[in-house]
Amino acid sequence: MSTHLVGQRVKRLEDPDLLSGRGQFVDDLNLPGMLHAAFVRSPVAHARIQNIDISEAAALPGVHIVWTARDLPANMHNRRLLLQVPNPAILHTITQEPLASKETCFVGEPIAVVVAESRHLAEDACERVNVEYKPLPVSPDCETALKPGAAVAHMEFQDNIAAQFTLGYGDVEAAFRAADHVFQDNYFQHRGTANPMEGRGVVAVFDPIFHNFTVWSATQSPFIIRRMLVDMFEVEESTIRVVAPKDVGGGFGPKGMSYPEEVVIPALARELSRPVKWIEDRREHFLTTTQERDQLWDVSIAVDNDGKIRGLRGRLAHDAGAYVPWGIITPYISTTTIAGPYVVPAFKFDTTAVFTNKPPTTPLRGAGRPQAVFAMERTLDLVAQELDIDRAEIRRRNLIPAEEMPYKMGLIFRDGAPVIYDSGDYPKCQAIAVERACYNDFPARQKEAREDGRYIGIGIANAVEGTGLGPFEGASIKIAPSGRIVLQTGAAPQGQAHHTTLAQLCAEELNVPIESVDIVTGDTNAVSLGVGTFASRIAVNAGSSVKIASRTVYGKLMKLAATVLQVREDDLEMEDGVIRITGEQGDSVTFSDLAKMMNGVPGFKLPEGIEAGLEATSYFQPSQAAYSNGCHIAEVEVDPETGLVSILRYIVAHDCGNLINPMIVDGQVQGGVAHGVGNALLEHLYYDADANPVTTTFAEYLLPTAESVPDVEILHLETPTPNNPLGVKGAGEGGTLPAAAVIAAAIEDALRPFGVRFRDAPILPHQIIEKIAVANQ
Amino acid sequence: MTDGDMHEVSLTVNGVQYDETVESRWSLADFLRHKLRLTGTHLGCEHGVCGACTVLLNGRSVRGCLTLAVQANEKSVETVEGLAPTETELNVLQQAFWENHGLQCGFCTPGILMTLTEFLRDNPDPSETEVREALSGNICRCTGYQGIVAAAMDAAEKLRNSGQ
Repeated sequence: MSTHLVGQRVKRLEDPDLLSGRGQFVDDLNLPGMLHAAFVRSPVAHARIQNIDISEAAALPGVHIVWTARDLPANMHNRRLLLQVPNPAILHTITQEPLASKETCFVGEPIAVVVAESRHLAEDACERVNVEYKPLPVSPDCETALKPGAAVAHMEFQDNIAAQFTLGYGDVEAAFRAADHVFQDNYFQHRGTANPMEGRGVVAVFDPIFHNFTVWSATQSPFIIRRMLVDMFEVEESTIRVVAPKDVGGGFGPKGMSYPEEVVIPALARELSRPVKWIEDRREHFLTTTQERDQLWDVSIAVDNDGKIRGLRGRLAHDAGAYVPWGIITPYISTTTIAGPYVVPAFKFDTTAVFTNKPPTTPLRGAGRPQAVFAMERTLDLVAQELDIDRAEIRRRNLIPAEEMPYKMGLIFRDGAPVIYDSGDYPKCQAIAVERACYNDFPARQKEAREDGRYIGIGIANAVEGTGLGPFEGASIKIAPSGRIVLQTGAAPQGQAHHTTLAQLCAEELNVPIESVDIVTGDTNAVSLGVGTFASRIAVNAGSSVKIASRTVYGKLMKLAATVLQVREDDLEMEDGVIRITGEQGDSVTFSDLAKMMNGVPGFKLPEGIEAGLEATSYFQPSQAAYSNGCHIAEVEVDPETGLVSILRYIVAHDCGNLINPMIVDGQVQGGVAHGVGNALLEHLYYDADANPVTTTFAEYLLPTAESVPDVEILHLETPTPNNPLGVKGAGEGGTLPAAAVIAAAIEDALRPFGVRFRDAPILPHQIIEKIAVANQ
Repeated sequence: MTDGDMHEVSLTVNGVQYDETVESRWSLADFLRHKLRLTGTHLGCEHGVCGACTVLLNGRSVRGCLTLAVQANEKSVETVEGLAPTETELNVLQQAFWENHGLQCGFCTPGILMTLTEFLRDNPDPSETEVREALSGNICRCTGYQGIVAAAMDAAEKLRNSGQ
């Protein structure tokens, strides 16, 4: 009997604890002597810090310390957080200071910190820190910021250009000259937030005997934080242990960044020789955790009479916010994504990343792709309308044929390698979605509905997503003396069920029940190297490492068992932690026997030819991204009186290669669509003209609820990628990518009698009413 | 404000009697988490919208972040820690969440379980629309709700069939 776990809907190992209130989130840590921190944050978007008076706060009972920038460890003076992803196109590599010293560049930037006996007392004291600000002119948005003479976001710069680059291939001028038609429009997708239900949080301990730090953070990337701390404290890597607690309450990208609080809290723990905790509250999340999407696209498309694309060109202005902690990854991904699954013979985009006095933007579920997909799909809808071609049909005519895979699309990706779509059948993916949605019958349904006075519409959109980027993510597998299997990885989960999927892969290789595997994730002491959980990369990177390391341990087990039992390996079978001679009874050894043996007896040799350690570590390095793809179709009903949009049906045809656990993949797709529904219909971070945030609660910034998210009908194609031993591609973001585009298209289709067009997302009820009113004038 | 404003509170949590002293400004959720060390109840927004901190107070759902600890004086509180019949078992609703992939990160889950515990007690045979309406005060950022709704419907059916 063999254990078939991979490809099965295995129930999650994580769930029983989470369902019983036994989760281990960062705020659940309670260490003896622990103190609590709260931050004083800038109430203005751009100002010179003139003076800070901490005397009143420091004198309050229960307050242990109040720090401003000048109180930070001496080596941190004039030092900014590590730029984690450099790029030569970045003109100004500015990141945050741990505490702003002279200038604050967005509302929420930390200015001072208080540590007290309780969070209540720390917050009380924050109110007694008196900061004198001299307001400076504000760079409010990426459009204004690029105008001549615009106010600068940073005093030290002459303009707001953070980075500039041009990507292209083919003869774009010729393509546009030769085309039958050229269409142009502008698109904007607004800022939103990650808003995982658990905010950020840090607990730090400094051990004065060994001079080392232990830092728990609700993070996606403990290793990225360790890199920053090594840089900021100027200490050896071995003196810093960063742990993402077993449970992290959602991430979606922004928790993959490294933040000022992750430097300041350990520094305070060292200063006070006490554990220090800081837990982000929701207002702080709205103010300070990185955001995404503000991008202004100007897209021109050259097409022939039959709708075939000849060329694509334009400009992208990307709002970087006040700093570039993650370099220009987001606009780079956006620019390389817009051509998507279509044959685009010639291409040229000029991209500018722009500083504004708003929180920095970094990858957030989709990482620049939802905007690109929105711009492309809205463009194709425009072409379809102008040329009177059905919207699915114009896409079908332009999709890359399956037989052209692997397809070199012409651009260079952010890893420096050419963009090569490794595998997939895009036309088939669209075809199964079209069939499931009864797309071709829709005009009849729509006509019938309109006769009843109901406005229903349908939208279709496709997307391609580079997933599973390297460089690597490690895993080590070890047989413990108990016979249990210890799986350790630097990868840190935030709800994706890494424990379950990685255990499935390991247990299948070693032919044991999944319950025999103990998993450690997100700990820099677990394996020596790591990167982080983002870019839908863990199944590809850590998953492949688990498989490879498990195979190696399997080999070691079999070789040792053969030596012990004095038979050939071919004569052995392995099941449930026991290796026995095939066909005979009695002669067997257990994993436990072998592991104990391999601990060694002092002074005695291990068996001849046996290497020490029933363990193996692997760092799988993918040669390039594995490209997932999908087609979404949405059917909506719009009430033109109230502007309310109901999603009647939502279909996703998705190809992320082989599925390790279809239940978990479905959950990722459904959750991704929910995020996209927010981007399409609800989530708009509003700022006033001075870049003051005005949506800082869940009452002002609406997240999708059970009443606004549809049950997604999910269809899978499984085209394995040749780029990793599992044949898997990332699944975490594909649900979000086309969602805003497809919902906008469906709303536009529903309101066709009014002749309105939507170029921005989200689309809020009042905007629908206004558009109809304007169209009726 | 200092630690001066203290009150005696006497309450039961999941059937266990507690007598504690607490500042008047402490929320019930902070009290449960940081005084009683019952960390299963989570704080997601601390302004009464997300529902992660939902607990039952004398059998009715309340926001733990908007309820003061002193308001629970002489009352009974039920939290997620009290749902399972034993340490190694799950109750019908919890089991349904496990089987229907009703959670991902699990942070919002305790509040959702408490909301549904009350809801299914009041409405043992709900429609899917009613379940969604009942859940509208609980935000989940991970799942897209499909698994949660399926779990609630599954649990309702099993509870009806078992006569519980």
